[in-house]
Amino acid sequence: MIDNLLLLLQNPSFALDVVLNGLLAGAIFALAAYGMSLVWGVLNIVNIVQGELVVLGGYLAFVAMGAGVPAYFALPLSAAVMFGVGYGLYYTVIFRVVDKDLFISILATFGLSIVIQQLMNTVFGSDVRSIDTGLGSFYMLDGAVTVAWIKLIACALALVSGAALWLFLRHARLGQAIRATAQNPRAAHILGIDTGRVYAITYGLNGALCGAAGSLAVMAWTIHPYIGLPYTVRSFMIVVVAGLGNVGGVVAAGLSLGALENVAGFVLGAEYQIAFVFALMVLILVWRNWRAARRRTYLS
Amino acid sequence: MKLKFGALVLMAALTAAGSVRAEDPATIRLGAAVSLSGKYSTNGVFTRNGYDLAVARINERGGVKVGDKTYKLEIVYYDDESTPARGAQLAERLIQQDGVKYLLGPYSSGLVEAMAPVTEKYGVPMVEANGAAISLFRKGYKYLFAVLSTTDQYLKGAVDLAGSRSADPSKLRIAMAFENDPFSQDVREGVTEDAKRFGMKIVVDDKLPPDLNDMSATLTKVKLLKPDILIVSGHEKGAETAVRQIADQRVNVPMLAMTHCDSAQIAEKHGKIAEYTLCAAQWAPSLSYSDELFGKASEYAALYEKTYKEPAPYQAAESSAAVQVFADAFARAGSLDPKAVRDALSQTNMKTFYGPIRFDETGKNVDKPTILYQVQDGKYVVVYPEKWAEAKLRTPTPSWDKR
Repeated sequence: MIDNLLLLLQNPSFALDVVLNGLLAGAIFALAAYGMSLVWGVLNIVNIVQGELVVLGGYLAFVAMGAGVPAYFALPLSAAVMFGVGYGLYYTVIFRVVDKDLFISILATFGLSIVIQQLMNTVFGSDVRSIDTGLGSFYMLDGAVTVAWIKLIACALALVSGAALWLFLRHARLGQAIRATAQNPRAAHILGIDTGRVYAITYGLNGALCGAAGSLAVMAWTIHPYIGLPYTVRSFMIVVVAGLGNVGGVVAAGLSLGALENVAGFVLGAEYQIAFVFALMVLILVWRNWRAARRRTYLS
Repeated sequence: MKLKFGALVLMAALTAAGSVRAEDPATIRLGAAVSLSGKYSTNGVFTRNGYDLAVARINERGGVKVGDKTYKLEIVYYDDESTPARGAQLAERLIQQDGVKYLLGPYSSGLVEAMAPVTEKYGVPMVEANGAAISLFRKGYKYLFAVLSTTDQYLKGAVDLAGSRSADPSKLRIAMAFENDPFSQDVREGVTEDAKRFGMKIVVDDKLPPDLNDMSATLTKVKLLKPDILIVSGHEKGAETAVRQIADQRVNVPMLAMTHCDSAQIAEKHGKIAEYTLCAAQWAPSLSYSDELFGKASEYAALYEKTYKEPAPYQAAESSAAVQVFADAFARAGSLDPKAVRDALSQTNMKTFYGPIRFDETGKNVDKPTILYQVQDGKYVVVYPEKWAEAKLRTPTPSWDKR
C-alpha cells in the first residue's frame, strides 16, 4: 500500500492518468445520479431500479447500433425510448407508491429492478456486451496519460446535460412546475399544476438520463443484465453527498467520487476500491450529522 | 366436437402408455439440473446441447450394452435458474421423486458445490463437466467425477510458456489481476504456484471486484511497473474489459494471458486489438483427439454446428464427454447398481474426442491438459501444449506504437 502510494508520488504523470480516468468515469455516474436526485427530490422515492434503467439504456443503444444506427444517434435514441419507458413505468407502478412511506417505494422499485433484470436476461441474454466506437484514445506526456475519447465525450455530455437540466428546472415552465411540485405538491396542485403529469414527466426524464448514461457506459465499458447495482449504489451515494435539488453538487460529487475511487483502487488495490467508497460515505454522513447537530445547538 | 376431443385424449393416453411400455424397461434415465434461465443461461444451454448431442449419438448407435441387455439413454432435465439453492433442491427432487440413479452435472462450480452433498448423501454418482473449482475435489466426495481440468490448471500454461522460453525465468516479473471470486482465485493459486517454481516475481496482485467493469487503476499500475507477463481472470466481463482497456490505455506488456476470451469473443468483437492475447481453454476443435463415437474433435464440432447452427463451444464438448464417461462406466460395470457404476467410474481410463479421461481418487480428471489459444490474425490458434499446438507462439507482443 505504502509502495503504491510512493509509486504514484514519484510518477506524477501516471498519477494524473489515474485521477483523470477516475474523473471521467465519475461523469457517467453523475449523469445517472441527476436522475436519482430528481426522482428523490420530486417524488420522494429512492429509486432502487436506477441501475437497471441505466443497463436497459445501454442495451437499447447496443441494439440500435447493431441495427446500423450510428453512435451519435444511438445515444439520443436510447434516451428518448427510455423517456417513454420511465413515463410508462410511472403510470403502471410508480404512481401507486408516490405518497406511500419510503419503505414501500423502496420495496416497489427493488421489485421492479428484479423484474427488469430478468427481462433483460431473457431478451438480451446473459452475455457481456460492449460497443467499440472505434474512436481510440488520446495520449499525453509520453503515453503516461491515456484517455479514451469516448470517456472524454461522456464527461462533456454529462456536464452539458447537467447544465441543460439546471436551465430547464430554473427557466422552463415545466421545470418550474417540477420544482413547485417538489416543494409542495398540495399547493402546486391547488394552483393548477397537474402534479400526476409532473411526476410522470420527472420519472420519464430520469429514464432519459439513465438511457444516456447507459449508452455511454456500453461504449466506454461493458454491460450485462446484472451490473445494475453498482450504478444504483453510486448514484445513491452521490445524491446523499450532494443533497437533493443540487445539480452542481451532483456533478462535483460524481467527479470527485470517481477520482477518489480510482486513486483508492490504485493505492489500496482493486479489492478495496468499493469498500473505500462506502467507508467514505459513512464518514461524510457522520460529518454532516455532526455539523447539523452543531447548528441545532446554536439554534436552541 | 366433444367426440373428437375425447378421441384425442384417448389417443394421447394410448401413445403415452405405449411409449412407456415400449421404452421403460430398456432405458437408463440420467438426471440433470442445468441453468436454462438466470445468469448462466447461455452456458447452461451449451451444457444441455452437449448432453443431448451425446445421448442422441449413443442411442443412434444402438445404445449402451450392460451385461447382456442393451439400453437407450434418456435425460430428465430441470432448470436450476442459476441459483445454487435451487440446484440442491432439484438434485433432491431428481433422486427422491423422479427416482433417477445417476446425475449429470450442472453448469458452474457453485452449482456443483450445492448439488454434490445431496448426491453424496444418496450415493448417486454424478459426472460433471462444468464445475472446475479445485475446492470441489478437496472435500473427499466419493460419488463426484469431473471430466474437465480443474481451475488451478487454467493459466499455468502461460507461466510455463514464458518460463521455459526465458534464459533466466527468475528475472521475469508477473502482474496479476484476478476477480475476487472462487473461480479466479483458484486460477490465481495455480499461477502463483508456478511462478514460485520458476522464481518469478509478482509485482501486481490485484483482486478485482465481482461487479467489475473498469480496471483502469490496475492497468495504470501495470503501465508503470512494466511487467513481462500480465494475467487476467474475471470470466467474460474480465476478458472484455481487459482487452478494451489495455488498448485504450496503451498498456505495453510482452505477454497477456486470460481466461474466457473465446466465450467473450474478443477476436470477433475487437479485431486487431485482441491480437497476441493468450486464452486458456478446456478444449478446441482443432486438437487431434478422437474417439469412436464422434470421431475427431473437428468432426464433433462439425456435428454440433450442423445440429445447433452455431460453432461448438467447449462447454458443450465437455458435457458430451460426461455422457460418454457414463456410458462407458455402465458397460464396464455390467450392472445398473449405482455403487457398481461408481466403482466403474473411478476406474475410467478412456480416450475421447474431448481428450483423455482418467480420474484420480478425488474424482478430477488428471489426464487432460488445459490448452492455450493465441489470437493470431483474428483466429484462435492453439499454441500450448506444444505437443498439440497448431502454430508457433507469436512473442513478444509488440508495443502499441508498432501495432
